[in-house]
Amino acid sequence: MTTAVTTQTEPAVAFRDLHRHYGDVRALDGLSLDLAPGEMVVLLGPSGCGKTTALRLLAGLDVATSGTVMVGGRDITHVPANKRDMGMVFQAYSLFPHLTVEENVAFGLKLRGVDKGARLKRAGEMLELVGLSTQGKRYAHQLSGGQQQRVALARALAIEPAVLLLDEPLSALDAKVRVQLRDEIRRVQVEVGTTTLFVTHDQEEALAVADRVGVMYQGRLEQVAPPTELYARPATPFVAEFVGLSNRLRADVSGRTARVLGATVPLLDGSVERGSGLALVRPESVGVSAAEGGDGNARVVTVGFLGAISRLQCRLDDGQIVIAQLTSAAASRLAQDQPVRVDVHADAVLVVPE
Amino acid sequence: MRPSGTFRVVRMLMLLGFAVLFFGPLLAMLDFSTRGVDGSRTWDAWANLVKDPELNRAIVSSLLLALFTVLLMLLLLVPTMIWVRLRVPRATRLLEFLCLLPLTIPALVIVVGITNVYQWVTYLLGDSILNLTFVYVVLVLPFAYRAIESSLSSIDATTLAEAARSLGAGWWTVIGRIIVPNIWSGVLSAAFVSVALVLGEYTIASLLNYENMQVVIALLGKSDANTSVAASLAAIIFAFVLLMLLSVFGRSRRAEGR
Amino acid sequence: MSRFSRLAPSLALLPFLLYLTVFLLVPTITVVVGAFTEGGRFTLSNITALVDPVTLAALRTSVLLSAVSALIGATFGAVLAYLVVTGGRRSWLRRSVTSLSGVLAQCGGVMLAFAFIATIGFSGTLTIWLRDHFGIDIFGSGWLFALPGLILVYAYFQIPLMVIVFLPALDGIKPQWREASVNLGANAWQYWTQVAFPLLRPAFLGATLLLFANAFAAYATAAALVSQGNPIVPLLIRSGLSSEVLLGHQHLAFALAFEMIVVVAIVMGIYGLLLQRTSRWLR
Repeated sequence: MTTAVTTQTEPAVAFRDLHRHYGDVRALDGLSLDLAPGEMVVLLGPSGCGKTTALRLLAGLDVATSGTVMVGGRDITHVPANKRDMGMVFQAYSLFPHLTVEENVAFGLKLRGVDKGARLKRAGEMLELVGLSTQGKRYAHQLSGGQQQRVALARALAIEPAVLLLDEPLSALDAKVRVQLRDEIRRVQVEVGTTTLFVTHDQEEALAVADRVGVMYQGRLEQVAPPTELYARPATPFVAEFVGLSNRLRADVSGRTARVLGATVPLLDGSVERGSGLALVRPESVGVSAAEGGDGNARVVTVGFLGAISRLQCRLDDGQIVIAQLTSAAASRLAQDQPVRVDVHADAVLVVPE
Repeated sequence: MRPSGTFRVVRMLMLLGFAVLFFGPLLAMLDFSTRGVDGSRTWDAWANLVKDPELNRAIVSSLLLALFTVLLMLLLLVPTMIWVRLRVPRATRLLEFLCLLPLTIPALVIVVGITNVYQWVTYLLGDSILNLTFVYVVLVLPFAYRAIESSLSSIDATTLAEAARSLGAGWWTVIGRIIVPNIWSGVLSAAFVSVALVLGEYTIASLLNYENMQVVIALLGKSDANTSVAASLAAIIFAFVLLMLLSVFGRSRRAEGR
Repeated sequence: MSRFSRLAPSLALLPFLLYLTVFLLVPTITVVVGAFTEGGRFTLSNITALVDPVTLAALRTSVLLSAVSALIGATFGAVLAYLVVTGGRRSWLRRSVTSLSGVLAQCGGVMLAFAFIATIGFSGTLTIWLRDHFGIDIFGSGWLFALPGLILVYAYFQIPLMVIVFLPALDGIKPQWREASVNLGANAWQYWTQVAFPLLRPAFLGATLLLFANAFAAYATAAALVSQGNPIVPLLIRSGLSSEVLLGHQHLAFALAFEMIVVVAIVMGIYGLLLQRTSRWLR
């Protein structure tokens, strides 16, 4: 994943302490975030976390309670939605049913007074970009869900917007189509180089396509970082548990390290400072090997085969359940109810209060 | 996206305009029906609704007709629709066509051609205004069908039926105790709409020389317009309350059932 | 599975089919047959009587009444429906408008006639008020009981019917279409003319046709208002039924009823085609 960040100092999009309240409900509780030019930032979080609200405020489809939205250095907080230079892809149903695919893609250009020949030419280019150049004369209901979303993408990009907005564009699609289409979207975004804000609740999706991921919860931004950093060094317990799987294992903290299952592991910022707590350990950081002599500290409960990897559930002697991830080759040597040795070999852990 | 301020004002004004347009005549009816000689207010016309024997008889007849029409319609239509849904799905289009057919065949046409049929009915059942039930069921069919169908298609009847059958239920149990309770809002809706329709029916009753409520109201109009107007207004209000109740109950039940 | 057991479930539909046959199909066939019969023999004289000046005039007036009331009903009704739909799906406004529309559209008939007699009849409330305060006599020669009056009264059940029929179409307009247009740069005018109106056009035209058929087949209101003369087809049928011989034809009522079936069937057929188009778009 390359990031097409230029050396401009001005962020392409800037949210400054943005609030959106509905009476007592704080849908957005002070969001501050910058998007660099050409960057794809994904807002990730459960329903109700404020990610869609932030997107709609950027699009102008909603009005902020306080705070500012800036695009290219200009304050657009009070600019009406149809005067903002943005292209948006909705979750579903957004193609105009009475227009052909071509006419849909050319719609924004028609509104801008571009003449017919130029419109259709540009529409053709956009359809080519998303791989649907043969579908121009068809209607929305004749296309599959994935194709419809590709048309929606072409339509949004046809007007050469300053910002591209994607509101859970894959959530309404089948699993397999989702995976194919997210790679398509990323490819197109990199090719065209538009600054993009992508909203989703699917953490795998977020990690796969983003330059940076912003995890949101209850209207606030928990952490914004590149995917690898988010995964390896979560800043808050919510991020650690929402992104990827986490075991919660009893640990003792002293100094700058924690003691988990006999291993000493460095602490991540935000951990408990001393005493005992629960260490959040990823399954792939848990090692399981056959017990030799009497050094076993657990028994295998289940072995789940997932193809290239397998996930094992083990019950420790002290009663805790641990989920470990091994290559299937390694896992094939272990069986249900077998005594095993479980240990932790993480680079760093986050320890949270019990 | 919130509507602008001016839009709201214009909208309010236009709604007021329509309100005047439609409530004006209703208020006029109230005024007209309570007008006494030389400008006094009197409720005599309204008292006639319960005092006048002919009108009374007609109101009771209409209410009975409404009741019987609803019962016969439900008995005929509900099992048939559920049966088609569960066991004869190929007949769905035919059923839909037949049920919506009365929309294309005006009541006036039906009454012109039905005299022979009704001679038979009278011969078999005697001459009673309640005989109108049979043709009324046909008139309410399209509306009842639509109401029940929208309820029926919002539940997965086939799966429910299969689950019940696998637990040992017979077909009548499936229809009566599994499906019907889940389409109750559609059934109620069909019933209320049918009642409203029967209470307002004039064409067939008058041309077959029966005296239902609307026929008597029209006849009275020639001699005692005040009472006719009072009865009309009362009927409008009654039907309105009925349909409002339906819109309140219909929705809340659906919300519960989910 | 034997042939019989495959057909057996269909037998349960027999009661329903029999019922419809007796009370719907038989009368309709009676009318069609009667239109072509005179004194027990096949004849076209009833049909040719349909082009007599009297019957033709009634047809012309019926068509005019239906068309004008349909257009009035369609435009005002669409506007009212739009005003209601912008208030939210479960608002009290919507509920009360839908209920009142149901009452007026489906059981209006006679009651509407009396509503107007009470308002602008000879001693109607509005008539008296205008006479006393402004010296204007709106009752005049009794235009309420002729075509202009009929158009006005018919509008009062056409507009509600339009509201009932058109609201679902308006509900079918997805908010994403408006948001997408706005996002692509459309102002309100552009959205309405390039997206909303084109999408609603088939539903609007279809509803107008439905209103036409409804007015053409309507009987009760006219029967209650008009006691002398037969300006429209339904009233001509009334004459035909009460006095057995009309214009020398025993079965003219049947022929007129047949004419009615034909007109309504054609209009509803076109309506059905338009319905197919919109159900795809506005699902």
